[in-house]
Amino acid sequence: MEYLFEGKAKRNTFILMGVGILLFIIGALAASMGHHEGDGGHGGGVGQRLWVSIFVSGFFFFGVSLAALFFLAVQYAAEAGWAVVFKRIMEGVMAYLPVGALTLVIVFLVGSLGGHHIYHWMDMNLYDVDHHDYDQLIAHKQPYLNQIFWWIRTIAYLAIYILFMRAFRKRSMEEDELGTENEKGIFIKNQTLAAIFLVLFGYTSTTFSWDWIMSIDTHWFSTIFGWYIFSGMWISGMVMITLITIYLKSKGHMEFVNDSHMHDIGKWVFGVSFLWTYLFFCQFMLYWYSNIPEEITYFKARIDDYTWIFWGTMVVNFIFPMLLLMSKDAKRNAGFMVFVGCIIFFGHWMDVFMIVSPGALGPDGTIGLVEIGSFIAFLGLFLFVVLGAIAKRPLLVKNHPYLEESLHHHIN
Amino acid sequence: MTKAIYALYDDDEVMVDGAKAILAKNVRIKDVYSPFPIHGLENVLGIKWTRLAINAFLYGLTALCLALFGMSFFMIQDWPMNIGGKPNFDLYQNLPAFIPITFEFTVLCAAHGMAITYLIRNWTLPGVKARNPHPRTTDDHFAIEINWEENSGVSSDDIKSILQDTKPVEIFEK
Repeated sequence: MEYLFEGKAKRNTFILMGVGILLFIIGALAASMGHHEGDGGHGGGVGQRLWVSIFVSGFFFFGVSLAALFFLAVQYAAEAGWAVVFKRIMEGVMAYLPVGALTLVIVFLVGSLGGHHIYHWMDMNLYDVDHHDYDQLIAHKQPYLNQIFWWIRTIAYLAIYILFMRAFRKRSMEEDELGTENEKGIFIKNQTLAAIFLVLFGYTSTTFSWDWIMSIDTHWFSTIFGWYIFSGMWISGMVMITLITIYLKSKGHMEFVNDSHMHDIGKWVFGVSFLWTYLFFCQFMLYWYSNIPEEITYFKARIDDYTWIFWGTMVVNFIFPMLLLMSKDAKRNAGFMVFVGCIIFFGHWMDVFMIVSPGALGPDGTIGLVEIGSFIAFLGLFLFVVLGAIAKRPLLVKNHPYLEESLHHHIN
Repeated sequence: MTKAIYALYDDDEVMVDGAKAILAKNVRIKDVYSPFPIHGLENVLGIKWTRLAINAFLYGLTALCLALFGMSFFMIQDWPMNIGGKPNFDLYQNLPAFIPITFEFTVLCAAHGMAITYLIRNWTLPGVKARNPHPRTTDDHFAIEINWEENSGVSSDDIKSILQDTKPVEIFEK
């Protein structure tokens, strides 16, 4: 049975977008009424908060779809057979990439034109020795962190991801149409493509984390930051793939996905949660231990002003999945996976908020109607694009050399 | 009279099919010997799910508590040490420094606990006399063990003929 994205499901995504935008506007109005001129040292006031919330949610959902592309490439590079039944879901999730890229470009463009002040280093006065805002440390970073080079990099990242995404999607349909005699050819071509992509992704995921996120706290730097951002994206993507699969199964589709597949993808959710925690703690503990003033400010700002969110992400994204997803029965129980999945999905959105806000908003950032509204609106947009893309293709691939293996996947 | 009869096979697929055929004739299988785990065999034999994972969790939990207790005693109560200017007056303030060791100790105890439990439960500790019926079941052969006493309802000739039908390389009693 083909999956059709129409009627109630389509309407619900529009409702999500509508509710999100409504909350966003109500929150914005409430914030601007209660706002006093001259608040906060970072400038921008309410407008700044709105742009930060758009950036947080925009980047988060961009990361979810990028993670699906990464995971698909990993399946090819590792010659993994079991996940072939999820291939169309991954292709659907990564179809959001151009929309996600567009949201990022809009935020960056407005920042470049001076519409918000998320990126402190974009202020040209910092580089002017005679100006009283002159910042020697930031001026020293100018060869790397200048707008022209930064835009070249940003366009390059987005172009690479979108090109690879389109190539994988195109080849997938070609494989369906061609006969079995060509299956090996496309698989091997995809393997090469995946290997090239993973190398590029390895470098670019680190550098885009520096460029887009670490540069918000311009003075601070961390070498493990790229992995930290990447692992957060990865777990969100895994949860999204799991939740969409469970949704489609509950609608009577994807009957070929059995308990063993759900168990294995549950292991991924469990395992990547640990990877994220490991990197979170790695970064935190080294800075905490060395306690060097210019490094510890990053955590001081978060632990002092964002206490609940900082430790909350740790509990929600580590303790919850660790205790709740440890047993085999939990991973195979769809209702349970949805419960845990939704919690950690929101938890990782909170994590992105916690990474971005202290640098961009100072100590006053909170999760209020504006932030929740933009999360819901982007969720609606994301589901609209992704479910639409999934509905355009059959839910099961044809002629994939590992298809039979995947259909018979069985683990205890 | 010997205690048990064994059928030896040189292929795991043949043995699994043989086990199915034997069980279909209402003959009970005592055990199976194999040099490696065989996918799906536990379902054929109806073996209960292992509780080793629960043990591992308990070992890990014990180790976690022990490590935290140990470090809070060594580093805070008994002989407070000031390393890198970190506060050393309570566990909470020092916790991040203890996490790596707690983690390693948890993994260590869970892994060793599981291994030792496995060895004791199967009685395959170092130095214990091997109990497999045929030396080649640790090499490239597979054996099905059928206990006479468990199958008192079936005559020994019937059991032998049932085993013969499953194409073993050898049938022997022990």
